[in-house]
Amino acid sequence: MSYLSISNLSVHLKGTPMRLLRDVSLTVKSGEVHGLVGESGAGKSMIGKAVLGTLPRAVEIISGKIELDGVDLLSLPPSEHRRRLGQFCALIPQDPLTALNPSRRIAPQITDRLTDILGWDSSRARQRAAEILDEVHIPDPERVLKSYPHELSGGMRQRILIASAFAAEPKLIVADEPTTALDVTVQKQILKLIKEMQQRHDTALLFVTHDLGVVSKICQSLSVLYGGMVVEATDVRDFFDEPAHPYSRALLAATPKYTDPEASLTPVPDSVIAAVRAEVEAADKRWGNG
Amino acid sequence: MADLYEIDNLALSFPDLTRKPLFGAAPRTQILKGLSFTIPRGEILGIVGGSGSGKSTLGRALVRLLEPTGGTVRFDGKDITHLSETALRPLRRRFQMIFQDPMSSLNPRHRVGQLISAPLKLHGVADAQEAALEALDHVGLPRSFAARYPHELSGGQRQRVGIARAIALRPEFILADEIVSGLDVSSQAQVLALLERLVDELGLTLAFISHDLSVIRRLCSRILVLHHGEIVEHSPTAELFANPAAAYTRELLDAIPLPDPDQPWF
Amino acid sequence: MLDGRSQIRRRLGLRLWLSGGWLLLLVLAAVFAPLLSPHSPLEQDLFLGRLPPFWAHGAEPGYLLGTDSLGRDVLARILYGARVALIVALAAGSITGLIGSTMGLLAGYLRGWVDVVISRLIDIWMAFPPVLFSILLIAVLGPGLVSIVIAIVVIDWTRFARVVRAEAMAQGAMDYPASAQIAGRTRLSTMFVEILPNVLPTIVVLLTLEMGIAVIVEAILSFVNLSISTDDPTWGGMISEGRASIHQAWWVMVFPLIALFLTVLSFSQFGEGLKDRFDPVLR
Repeated sequence: MSYLSISNLSVHLKGTPMRLLRDVSLTVKSGEVHGLVGESGAGKSMIGKAVLGTLPRAVEIISGKIELDGVDLLSLPPSEHRRRLGQFCALIPQDPLTALNPSRRIAPQITDRLTDILGWDSSRARQRAAEILDEVHIPDPERVLKSYPHELSGGMRQRILIASAFAAEPKLIVADEPTTALDVTVQKQILKLIKEMQQRHDTALLFVTHDLGVVSKICQSLSVLYGGMVVEATDVRDFFDEPAHPYSRALLAATPKYTDPEASLTPVPDSVIAAVRAEVEAADKRWGNG
Repeated sequence: MADLYEIDNLALSFPDLTRKPLFGAAPRTQILKGLSFTIPRGEILGIVGGSGSGKSTLGRALVRLLEPTGGTVRFDGKDITHLSETALRPLRRRFQMIFQDPMSSLNPRHRVGQLISAPLKLHGVADAQEAALEALDHVGLPRSFAARYPHELSGGQRQRVGIARAIALRPEFILADEIVSGLDVSSQAQVLALLERLVDELGLTLAFISHDLSVIRRLCSRILVLHHGEIVEHSPTAELFANPAAAYTRELLDAIPLPDPDQPWF
Repeated sequence: MLDGRSQIRRRLGLRLWLSGGWLLLLVLAAVFAPLLSPHSPLEQDLFLGRLPPFWAHGAEPGYLLGTDSLGRDVLARILYGARVALIVALAAGSITGLIGSTMGLLAGYLRGWVDVVISRLIDIWMAFPPVLFSILLIAVLGPGLVSIVIAIVVIDWTRFARVVRAEAMAQGAMDYPASAQIAGRTRLSTMFVEILPNVLPTIVVLLTLEMGIAVIVEAILSFVNLSISTDDPTWGGMISEGRASIHQAWWVMVFPLIALFLTVLSFSQFGEGLKDRFDPVLR
């Protein structure tokens, strides 16, 4: 059964007909990892932000539903909306450097959410923080909890952010390009950790990335985006066997594969871009805008 | 023909100012620990390593943005290791660099046309404006972009401006420092295809720094693998991928997620 | 790529128009004071002393903002006072800006011994208490506009130097100065062609801030009679004189105060507005 169900979500820039998301629909089953793939500006991050309620102020939702376990978040009063998000969702952000407050120790940055939003008492929250740091293979969690972010390495910080996301046992986590800024070897470790945690806690994961290689290793299903529109949504196995849409095929051909250098890193042909743009424009005409 | 670059026992260290005593010099951190290799003319050399491997430092030492603290760097037979800026200046048009972050390497207050023509004017090239427009043609950008500011372009377009600026002077050597690392898959493919074409058309020698071996596979003829400031492997591309000699190279190869869901990775 | 992000624009304009408008008015007032002013600012008529502004009971036509205790027209004195304010603002502001920014640029971009020397200089300089310093300078140089300008420059150049130095350092760490070096540009040339344009918005804001400060400093000095020695009106002087008759003739002090306030506010807002216009990223 689906845990997250987005139906016909459209988002635009306030005061303009410029749509950033065009009639997006996708589902993520409980415990499943769903990839959101596309070039920069395609809207994949925007979907994650819409789900978590962190859209920029200049952007607003025109239509659509975001259903979490059957309940449409967009139809709820703001306080109830926030409460549900706090209880059931979490984010693994892209940049471990800026996502942690440099003036606070690690412990409150993990426990704050547990005590303030979920109402846990502080000793339970503290204990949970230590447990979850242990789960992400951080040696000496007590020492780390008392440390400041700048005293820790980048890899350690990303682990802390992952731990923090899983701490409250959320049902859905949005991971927004969590390894894009990392080295190849560190990326592998972090992805392995995310997969491990996801499987252990049976959390649904919306994984935003532009790297199809990563998608093939982590995700069970995916949606390909172009210009804020879902161009193809399918099972990972089917996709890598034979992508249905020409744009998806072109993206796959552009992905580096060192085992087959001639069939990779091929730029997306102009004809494919023109065709998919035309699709987007046709869709806009159907809705009478943009 | 002589090698374009001869590097002999290159060393580079920085003073660690966080551990500087009140009186006296700060202790030095060794970034490059005695590298020796050559770059023949026409070669596309890939320089690979993780963060902290020293690859960016090596690149900057090659184009003398940094001055080595030991060893020698010879460019076309000439020892450029400790040349002063004034002595280097006439040589500079022969080796150029493309930077990783175009938002940082393109002056946000200069228009594209000015960004490309400025180095040309500095070296007294006649009709620099026209040469700049030709460079735009070469990298597949419309001439109208010359009037735009960097922030009005996409990431891939900005990177192409950086390339146009580097080739405009018709250098013999170009250092590309992680130029596709911040780009998405399709922009990356475009930029690499462009680079391939230009190397061919202009007869360039290229050093391509990256942390991503799969990007290097397509472009480079030989690969230098750096780890903690030392060369751990220096082989022709096909050989490195078929039989990686160093353990670190194997680690780098293992870390690449190939787009194949059936092949286990973890 | 179809990407909506570049469409997000900022609304500029209103702030620039309002503040620029007032400053323009000021400049016109200062330049055309003899033509605009209905009376001479120095002309006394004790029979017309302490007349209220035009809307009040007992006002005399022709004296729009009333008169002071010596019968001098307040409006005329404000118009002529604008001259002093503007001369000090422009002269002191720009010279301070020029010297301070140059020092800051050199220190921040060239680093090395230049930075060491200039930074130490700034530190030592800022250790002098500014008020004491300025009074000392005026005592040595004698009262007058030139002395005021010199005093402001000597004391306040460090304001520019510190901020511009920090900006220059930040810009110097970017890749485009390195790119200029690769292209073969000399360091000095890089400083002016590459770094300066990116530091300019900061300098503009500081400049207008400095102009506002200069106007206030002059007002304070003329309040305590250390400013110009002639009878020419200054806003600070008017405020000082108006204090004595605040209960009987509030307008004598209030109007120059309003003029002062609006001028300083306009300078700072104009600077903020200009900075936004200069920034190609926001345009």
